[in-house]
Amino acid sequence: MNFFAEFGSYLLTLKGMFTRPENGKMYWKEFMHQCSEIGIGSLGIVAIISVFMGAVSTLQTAYQLVSPLIPVSTIAQIVRDTVILEFSPTLVCIVLAGVVGSKIASELGNMRVSEQIDALEIMGINTKTYLILPKLLAAIMVIPMLVVVSAVLGIWGGRLAGTLTGILSAETFDKGLHQYFKPYNVFFAMAKAYTFAFIISSIPAFYGYTVQGGALEIGRASTKSVVVSCILVLFADYLLSALLL
Amino acid sequence: MIEIKHIKKGFGEKIVINDVSTVFKTGKCNLIIGTSGSGKTVMMKCLVGLMEPDSGEITYDGQNFSEMNEEGRKGLRQSIGMLFQGSALFDSMTVEQNILFPLDMFTKNTFAEKLRRVDEVLDRVNLQGANKKFPAEISGGMKKRVGIARAIVLNPKYLFCDEPNSGLDPQTSLLIDQLIKEITTEYNITTVVNTHDMNSVMEIGDHIMYMHQGVKEWEGTNKEIIFSKNKLLNDFIFASEFLRDAKDMRMLEVRGKIDNDRNMDELLK
Repeated sequence: MNFFAEFGSYLLTLKGMFTRPENGKMYWKEFMHQCSEIGIGSLGIVAIISVFMGAVSTLQTAYQLVSPLIPVSTIAQIVRDTVILEFSPTLVCIVLAGVVGSKIASELGNMRVSEQIDALEIMGINTKTYLILPKLLAAIMVIPMLVVVSAVLGIWGGRLAGTLTGILSAETFDKGLHQYFKPYNVFFAMAKAYTFAFIISSIPAFYGYTVQGGALEIGRASTKSVVVSCILVLFADYLLSALLL
Repeated sequence: MIEIKHIKKGFGEKIVINDVSTVFKTGKCNLIIGTSGSGKTVMMKCLVGLMEPDSGEITYDGQNFSEMNEEGRKGLRQSIGMLFQGSALFDSMTVEQNILFPLDMFTKNTFAEKLRRVDEVLDRVNLQGANKKFPAEISGGMKKRVGIARAIVLNPKYLFCDEPNSGLDPQTSLLIDQLIKEITTEYNITTVVNTHDMNSVMEIGDHIMYMHQGVKEWEGTNKEIIFSKNKLLNDFIFASEFLRDAKDMRMLEVRGKIDNDRNMDELLK
């Protein structure tokens, strides 16, 4: 019963966002601010994770491909496809659920507890539209961009690790990258990125916006939002793979 | 003028406000007083629409707030200013940005005009030069004054103050009270203050409503309160020996039976 009540409340929160903005300029400013917060703010961690993710993929794939019958360039092919299909969209979004999700939930939770949301309501501002919608749109806009950056850096990391350890030369890696490339994989990765972006921004926004109590409850809401977001990302990952691949 | 008629509000089984009716007059400081848990804050939240009463009617100068749709309420809310108990300043913004926010959102003035208005209201609350400070860098009393400045920046017709003196020293409390009183008279607005500060009651209470366990127990002015025979009210207002003595002195003073200066001289002999 609690699940249905919570889900209903989540849907009502989302529905409440779609009203006419009081002042388009101020909403645009907030949207740009959120793009910078979510996009630029997470770029560092995404870059580090992606490079190492690609590097480890190269080393582990090479370790498992022991047959002399399989050409070495296949390593690049496998790294490319795992990075594009799974690592960049899913792993990066799970990390972002922690980084961005907890930030959104604690920011909104703190605003709720310190009556800042009430202050906005009293001014005649639709707080769902002003506080949640820009975050949601910004996440949907910049997270797929981060996924693209992550895929590029992941593949570059794999190439770097391959050449530094002498597993394969840069030329062989590049040759492997071009073999059997399916552009559909990029579409699939983007479909996942958009879906996950919606999940990791709307769930924490809901938990943060509806928090009641004090500091302890803000912490709880933040943790819960990250856990629920991660589970939903994995669930959506499975669902999209089953439907689109 | 704000009129409330037969307001009822409960949470589950618990009735928090039970059939309360009153009128808050324009140009007056209307105080809602009562012990913690008496329903003051819930009453104020119902008045501004942060909570919906279970039944009853609230009208703002004849406009029925209870029956308004969301768009209508949004329009009316632009003529409402509110000072929150914890000030509710946006902590990521400076004092200036906090006060600019309603102007940015609801006016089409130029930036220079808006800044001039910010300086005007900061000047009004005696906070000149605090523009670039963040809420974390200023004292509790200053935060309250910034809260008042933000509440009056759009020239509201109604001002609500929830426990404006909580956590402040007596001198700063007095300053905040005077400021609220002056603003009310100067702008001729309807001010509603939630408080259990006895100084506020005596200093600015043009109209006082005492609530006890969700019911309106007494209503009157700060002049009438000392002559009230209501036991619950007297127990609440004059809780200590010191306050009871002060009340007796005040009653004698009001009746013209003593002159404070003369009596003090005689006492000192």
